[in-house]
Amino acid sequence: MSLTLLNVIIAVVIAIAFAALNAAYLVWAERRGAARIQRRPGPNINGPFGLFQPPLDGVKLMAKQLLIPGDVDKILFMVAPVLAMAPAITSFVTIPFSDHIVGHNMHIGILLVFAFASMGGMALLLAGWSSRNKYSVMSSVRAVSQAIAYEIPMLITVITIVMITGTTDLMGIVKSQAGGFWHWNIFPFKAGVFNPLMLLSFLVFFISSLAETNRAPFDLGEAESELVAGFHTEYGSMGFGLFFMGEYANIVIGASLTTILFLGGWDCPFGLFPGVWWFLLKIYLLIATFIWIRWTFPRTTIYGLLNLSWKILIPFSLFNLLLTAGLLKVF
Amino acid sequence: MSAPITIRPDETFTLNVGPQHPATHGVLRVKMEMDGEYIVNAETVIGYIHRMHEKMGELKTYPQFLMNLSRMDYLGALGYSHGHVLLIEKAAGIEVPERAEYIRAITVELNRIASHLFWFGAFVMDLGGFSPLMYALQDREYILDMLEAITGSRLTYSYYRFGGLYNDVDDDFIDAARRFIPRMRASLKKYHRLVTGNIIFMKRLEGIAPLTPEIIRKYGATSAVARGSGINFDVRKNEPYSVYPEFDFDVPVYHECDSLARYMVRMAEMEQSLRIIEQGLDKLPGGPIMPEKKKPIKIAPGDYYQAVETARGSFGIRLVSDGGKTPYRLKLRSPTYSNMHLFDESCRGMLIMDALAFMGSLDLVIPEIDR
Amino acid sequence: MGAYFSEIFSGLWSLFVGMGITFREFFSPTVTVQYPYETLKMTARYRGHIELISDEEGNPNCVVCGMCEKACPSSCITLAGEKPEGGKKKVLTSYLLDFTKCSLCGSCVESCNFNAIDFSKEYNLASTRKEDFHFNLLQRLKDRNP
Repeated sequence: MSLTLLNVIIAVVIAIAFAALNAAYLVWAERRGAARIQRRPGPNINGPFGLFQPPLDGVKLMAKQLLIPGDVDKILFMVAPVLAMAPAITSFVTIPFSDHIVGHNMHIGILLVFAFASMGGMALLLAGWSSRNKYSVMSSVRAVSQAIAYEIPMLITVITIVMITGTTDLMGIVKSQAGGFWHWNIFPFKAGVFNPLMLLSFLVFFISSLAETNRAPFDLGEAESELVAGFHTEYGSMGFGLFFMGEYANIVIGASLTTILFLGGWDCPFGLFPGVWWFLLKIYLLIATFIWIRWTFPRTTIYGLLNLSWKILIPFSLFNLLLTAGLLKVF
Repeated sequence: MSAPITIRPDETFTLNVGPQHPATHGVLRVKMEMDGEYIVNAETVIGYIHRMHEKMGELKTYPQFLMNLSRMDYLGALGYSHGHVLLIEKAAGIEVPERAEYIRAITVELNRIASHLFWFGAFVMDLGGFSPLMYALQDREYILDMLEAITGSRLTYSYYRFGGLYNDVDDDFIDAARRFIPRMRASLKKYHRLVTGNIIFMKRLEGIAPLTPEIIRKYGATSAVARGSGINFDVRKNEPYSVYPEFDFDVPVYHECDSLARYMVRMAEMEQSLRIIEQGLDKLPGGPIMPEKKKPIKIAPGDYYQAVETARGSFGIRLVSDGGKTPYRLKLRSPTYSNMHLFDESCRGMLIMDALAFMGSLDLVIPEIDR
Repeated sequence: MGAYFSEIFSGLWSLFVGMGITFREFFSPTVTVQYPYETLKMTARYRGHIELISDEEGNPNCVVCGMCEKACPSSCITLAGEKPEGGKKKVLTSYLLDFTKCSLCGSCVESCNFNAIDFSKEYNLASTRKEDFHFNLLQRLKDRNP
């Protein structure tokens, strides 16, 4: 009994440490990647290849004065950054990194991850509303409508996968794709359903996770909004730091979900040595693509964003759902 | 979705896009009355960087005022200097050697490309894409290095003098310019693939902020703002000056009137400037760059005017002289001043992010408005 | 209906083209000169602040004609000279440049007929006090040629 409790505590601590380390060093990776795309070196002064830059930035953020403006709603103001960071870290507990490396596997793992993701949307609203700043309110209104619009295609695509696999257990979904890349959900050779549109479905899920995490080209919430910082304008040192780290933790969760649902989790492409290293490799390739996309494209407008979701992604994912249901009946 | 809507004016709030703002290029204040995200009314307030250049024109002698012109619009400085020296040479009757005129035309066109490259980078950065700014600035570095080697400065060149130039170009400049032209053509192709063809970018600009020719004539706007709405007016072709009649180039005109048309006009202008530079380098004659005898400047009393086509539009400079050592009145007609005031009238009913993209497509440089 | 699908596919293709360009730029060399560790050499005509030019014996070429003082648009230059007993030409006793007002226009260098002043290549001037930019050019000349 106490051994299981100890297991759970160690798992939780490792999950939090993984999330925090990722959030810190993904910033480094993004700055170096963005710099190389723009043909400049990026941070390379502090430590070899600039690797000490994130801890020093953390020290700087913590040393700054935590400023709470006079007229804000104090409770909501202080709750909002915590609400941005906590669900992301908590979702790490259910994500299976390999056959036996998982915090606590639940039979409804997917539902848990999406429930926590919706709570992240509440953080945007509370941050913008409690700041008593016209820019922040406008930007948080936009961010909330964006979050709602893009959760729908994500969930419909997940329903498609759950129909194919037959279980909402994350471990079960990965295990059903074991044995080489022709079993992965992204390719149409899966036994039981030969759906040729799964590649486009992967794109729908990828774009939706870009939009859910407020990442460019869909970052209207933070970078635009009249080009002041959006819903986190009024946040100083550690409040801003928490929003920032929460965004990167969300990115890791989005990449992990994409890998688990479509790319076979910890499975090797040729079915030889499955293990956690394949999982990590796939996550980091997806995150590199996120970074690559951010520094290439300009921002969409708010109506372009909503049109993309309601007029293109949702009809497409509904059509895919019907097609999969039909193919499952046939084969 | 982006067409103007009917406004309910009793539910508005005032948003101050203040003098310190990343989106306005310089210190410009825009007082906007907003209904949610739509603009009901906008009023631009200028004057935060007024440096009294026209007053300095009345106090300084003619050679001392040469330096002020580079500081008006620092991104396209040589065009403004060109207008001023042409005016004084016309008024005082100074002959300019042909080599000096060719070198002036070549350097003005190089500066035009540099100014348009900076506009391109800043415009795409306003829309959210940060990488093309870095590529554009790198291309601009080649031009600034070339101009630094002959004039000594990178931004505020005091290069033209009454009658010619300060110092001559050498073979290094000509080689560097010839190497630059194919490199710039390849870069323009890259920009068209990366930015112009991109669907996000096109959706952002197509159909936004249409400016009819009537409103352009009402405010007297020139340069890409007018040429993007079908008005074919370029001072180099309509009121030719200097050696421009000897060059063979086109004036790009687009008729769609939206922001994308203004963008395409400026990109096409860069290509035409490259053609002018090529022809100038081929036709460059030998000879002196200043007249042999240096006479002091004596201008008879009268009223003189000269207009040139700079990167921002038709820059006009008017001199009223009473025969003394300093002018009686020196008026600088700033093209961006006329271009900017369209914004107040045409942004009613737009979303704020479209209005800021529209401001970027007008290519405003605020120090030039305030002089 | 056909336009709907063709727009989706052509849009998607344009996004991949854009990503291909940034991918190629990722592997291109960096163009940054990391300034304090690597410096650039200034071109020959670079305009730093002006310096006095001396002849072979170390005396300045300046004959105190005052053309540079008159030509300067910002009144940066103040110079004074005196005629020594038994000599024909004036000798320079002080030459002060107020660099806080100078705009590096070159009128002074251009107006000098005696080759007495020219641009230096100094660009590394940063200070917290205004007095550091009031240059005494005659003193600097004496420090250069002791």
